[in-house]
Amino acid sequence: MNPKDLRYDKEHEWVKVDGEVAVLGISDFAQDQLGEVVYVDLPAVGDELVAGESFGEIESVKSVSELFSPISGEIVEVNEALGDAPETVNEDPYGDGWMVKVKMGDASELDALMSADEYEAFVAEEA
Amino acid sequence: MSEHMKREAVLRPLIFETGSPESRCIESPALDIPDVDISSVLGGFARAQQPHLPHVTEVEIARHYEHLASVNFGVDSGFYPLGSCTMKYNPRIDEWACRLPGFAGAHPYQPAETVQGALGLMWGLQEALGEISGLPAVSLQPAAGAHGELTALMAIRAYHVANGDVRARVIIPDSAHGTNPATVAMCGYSVTQVPSNERGGVDLEALKAALDTDVAAIMLTNPNTLGLFEENISEINRLVHEVGALAFCDGANLNAILGRARPGDMGFDAMHINLHKTFATPHGGGGPGAGPVCVTEALAEFLPGPVIARDSDGSFMPVTPSRSIGRVKSFLGNFGVLVRAYTYICALGAEGIRDVAEQAVLSANYLKERLRGTYDLAYDRTCMHEFVLSGERQRKQHGVRTLDMAKRLLDHGVHPPTVYFPLIVHEAIMIEPTETESLEVLDGFVDAMLAIAAEVEADPEMLHAAPYTTPVRRLDEAAAVKQPDLAWKPAE
Amino acid sequence: MRFIPVSCEQREHMLHAVGVRTVDELFEVIPADVRLTRPLDLPDGMSEIDLAAQIEALASSNTSGLVSFLGAGCYDHYIPAIVDAVVSKPAFFTAYTPYQPEISQGTLQAIYEYQSMICSLTGMDVSNASMYDGATAFVEAALMAARFTKRHRVVVSAAAHPEWLEVLATYAESGMIDVVTCPAVGGRTDVDALAELVTDAAAVLVASPSFLGCVEDLSVIGDIAHAAGALFVVAANPILLGVMEAPGVLGADIVVGEGQPLGNAMSFGGPGFGFFACRQQFIRQLPGRVVGRTSDVDGRPGFVLTMQTREQHIRREKATSNICSNQALNALTAGVYLASVGMSGLAGIGRSCIARAHYLRDALIATGRFSAANAAPFANEFALRYDGDVAAMQHAMLERGFLAGLDLSRFSSDYAGLVLFAVTEKRTRAQMDRFVGEVVSL
Repeated sequence: MNPKDLRYDKEHEWVKVDGEVAVLGISDFAQDQLGEVVYVDLPAVGDELVAGESFGEIESVKSVSELFSPISGEIVEVNEALGDAPETVNEDPYGDGWMVKVKMGDASELDALMSADEYEAFVAEEA
Repeated sequence: MSEHMKREAVLRPLIFETGSPESRCIESPALDIPDVDISSVLGGFARAQQPHLPHVTEVEIARHYEHLASVNFGVDSGFYPLGSCTMKYNPRIDEWACRLPGFAGAHPYQPAETVQGALGLMWGLQEALGEISGLPAVSLQPAAGAHGELTALMAIRAYHVANGDVRARVIIPDSAHGTNPATVAMCGYSVTQVPSNERGGVDLEALKAALDTDVAAIMLTNPNTLGLFEENISEINRLVHEVGALAFCDGANLNAILGRARPGDMGFDAMHINLHKTFATPHGGGGPGAGPVCVTEALAEFLPGPVIARDSDGSFMPVTPSRSIGRVKSFLGNFGVLVRAYTYICALGAEGIRDVAEQAVLSANYLKERLRGTYDLAYDRTCMHEFVLSGERQRKQHGVRTLDMAKRLLDHGVHPPTVYFPLIVHEAIMIEPTETESLEVLDGFVDAMLAIAAEVEADPEMLHAAPYTTPVRRLDEAAAVKQPDLAWKPAE
Repeated sequence: MRFIPVSCEQREHMLHAVGVRTVDELFEVIPADVRLTRPLDLPDGMSEIDLAAQIEALASSNTSGLVSFLGAGCYDHYIPAIVDAVVSKPAFFTAYTPYQPEISQGTLQAIYEYQSMICSLTGMDVSNASMYDGATAFVEAALMAARFTKRHRVVVSAAAHPEWLEVLATYAESGMIDVVTCPAVGGRTDVDALAELVTDAAAVLVASPSFLGCVEDLSVIGDIAHAAGALFVVAANPILLGVMEAPGVLGADIVVGEGQPLGNAMSFGGPGFGFFACRQQFIRQLPGRVVGRTSDVDGRPGFVLTMQTREQHIRREKATSNICSNQALNALTAGVYLASVGMSGLAGIGRSCIARAHYLRDALIATGRFSAANAAPFANEFALRYDGDVAAMQHAMLERGFLAGLDLSRFSSDYAGLVLFAVTEKRTRAQMDRFVGEVVSL
């Protein structure tokens, strides 16, 4: 199930807030739809994210999906471990499969995101 | 599937792991001239360490590749209903023709008077393709379909530029082949996608909304990738021309309309033709093909050079059109492929070419009717040379995906149809039988498809692991990407 | 001739099953205003026996049996008999792209072996499954370098093949890259000029041997490219790579070339194939198909098309190239050829071509009618200046059964008076001696 303490967006990304810093990843539903993840292309530390814009790509064997950022801010850490083990995104999407940590520019952007319950309703409708 | 394609087949070691280090196949004759000091004549750039090439005798080569051939499926192995690929039989007379010493041994820079046969053949092929397409000016230079698309779009771009007309976008329907948008990007344009309507054609309202004087061209496949003839083609091309844009026809599906309709008569300004689809030249496991481009007189002067012209004295000469976009390839084109296509056209003649389209369309409609009900039709209309089923019902009701059913077909000795394309149909299964399959083969395919549909209901789990009888089974494609092993390296 | 195995009776059965009386009814989905209502204006079909006679007449109206010194990108090398025996196998040539790996292991393994051979020949880590030809591989290298470096300008040596330069210019019209041409001096890249032009370049592209057959000093050019942060692209002739140093050893980042010399017939200039190899770090920017080795669900080794997310059928307008095919059968041909000549055989062929080219050049200069066009080291091909009318000389030699090299004035007035000679291992001492003797007598 989708953790209750996270916020979700319609692109199936999740955000976990820890003070000024937000952790970003993709949802369990998203990883399941993609199939086995074979490559994750992430930005570099120091890059600026803009809410709603692409910040990277995630690939399965026969698909490429863009990663859209739910929030704006500056990248402070990138999950380098995904380089060698991209399948971690499948195995632990809400834990070790996180992608980037962002120093948030505008915390009010979080208000537009869904709760776990809202996200589940959204997914049920999409499927 | 023939017996040797069965699972018992022993996989062959790599050719590098075959033979002994002192094995040789071809020996070089002794030099009848003075030897040279390689390092000094090459200015010191002689090779220090020899490349790792195989060391095998001729019999080992013969057996190695005979084995590889035995685990490969071609049109000669069986039915190959790969939608949009037109996997028809490759007549052997065409193979004989391209190997004739007068063709195979000709050098592209020989004086024209010594290659009149080759140039005459090319001229004849240009003429024939011009007549078949209704677009009279032809370049045979592009090496493949995607190369032809690019060439045509470059010519369209040059036409606009020559008119001082700067345009930025190209319109493509959502059912298009992936090469179309990739070609647009390579040509420096951006893609505007228009949706399909409920009948599988271009949504006219969406097209009208997308059209303005910023549009350089539309790229349309007709019949489209759903196997449906574009009903509003004249109106579409009229609208396109109204804003000063040009219309390009992706000729992937020309087989359906040979002798029955011509893109030039539909208002298209340019098209490419896949000789390796419509004109029976073999696909070769992925090439070589040839993608000639046919255009209107207005675009003729922009074609890549050289094209072949006939002089008043009846001789043939390569000439470069006056405002040519330039070359898109070395030399004159994939000549060996052109010889095959020309031979094929001569064999069939006007009537035979029309028969091709008639049988291709009849066979596709026959399969469609026989599979109707068991599988869902994406669009229930009379199709042209191919049609698209959807495996969505099987997925939803039994959890069996189109991929599983495609893999199960391998156990039935059939090459699967194109799957998951076009992208606008869920769980798409795109079937193109071509005209060169007998009724027995078509019925055998139907039997296999019906048997698989029954298996989906009875034992869906079994399908997830298909195929069972092929030389290898499902391969770990994720591992192939994550730990790429793209070349053999000798042990250190 | 027809290749339709459906009888009239079966056709009636099929029409009935479809629910129409005639095929014409099926074609009513084509709007009446665009239907073709007349027969195509093409000749009637032919029986195979008449067709064979007609095609043979066309083929034999090409002059054959000429002793050729033509090269310039297409070479008359010996093709071992085993090569055509292998590539004539229907399971290879009637197959499609190996999208169903379970029943395409033959094509896939053959391409993997081909990729391995190309890597070893060029000194690179990764090779794709081949491209249209050398010229388009050259262009794809420039485009890949631009993607990788995120720079826009490429510097290409004027000493490369003029047709390749032309193809590069054609593609560059799209605006994806700007092409700057570095002048040539003495048949080779002008390295002083290159040092001036290289700033901010995505790539430096050279051919070695150059168009005039000269061996470039790749180490020096590579250093200039790398110092400016540009990738170093080298076009090589693969048949010489048994004796010439691998471009990878000399600093190349991408090595491309025309593969025709490896067992492919000249066939009036096509189909050959382009090879394309690069260092591991560029792998995600590689254009075209690539085959990888993996294993199946039972642990059996096998091969697949891999890293397909780079390609047009998945990434569409963001693909690394619009290319959707390779020249698989020509790459297979090269693989069989390289297996049949082997490691020592390839070096022997290279040595033979080079020795023969030097023998002919010395003999032609000794006639006093020809002089050296440059002083650069060369391999299998060389340019000479003729002291008379080149066209008249070539015409006279054609009447004597020789293709007397290539008149370079067709490409540029800079090349006026120059003739390019290529010599393969097929040219015997007797042929060369006769050629020299006839030329002197003109």
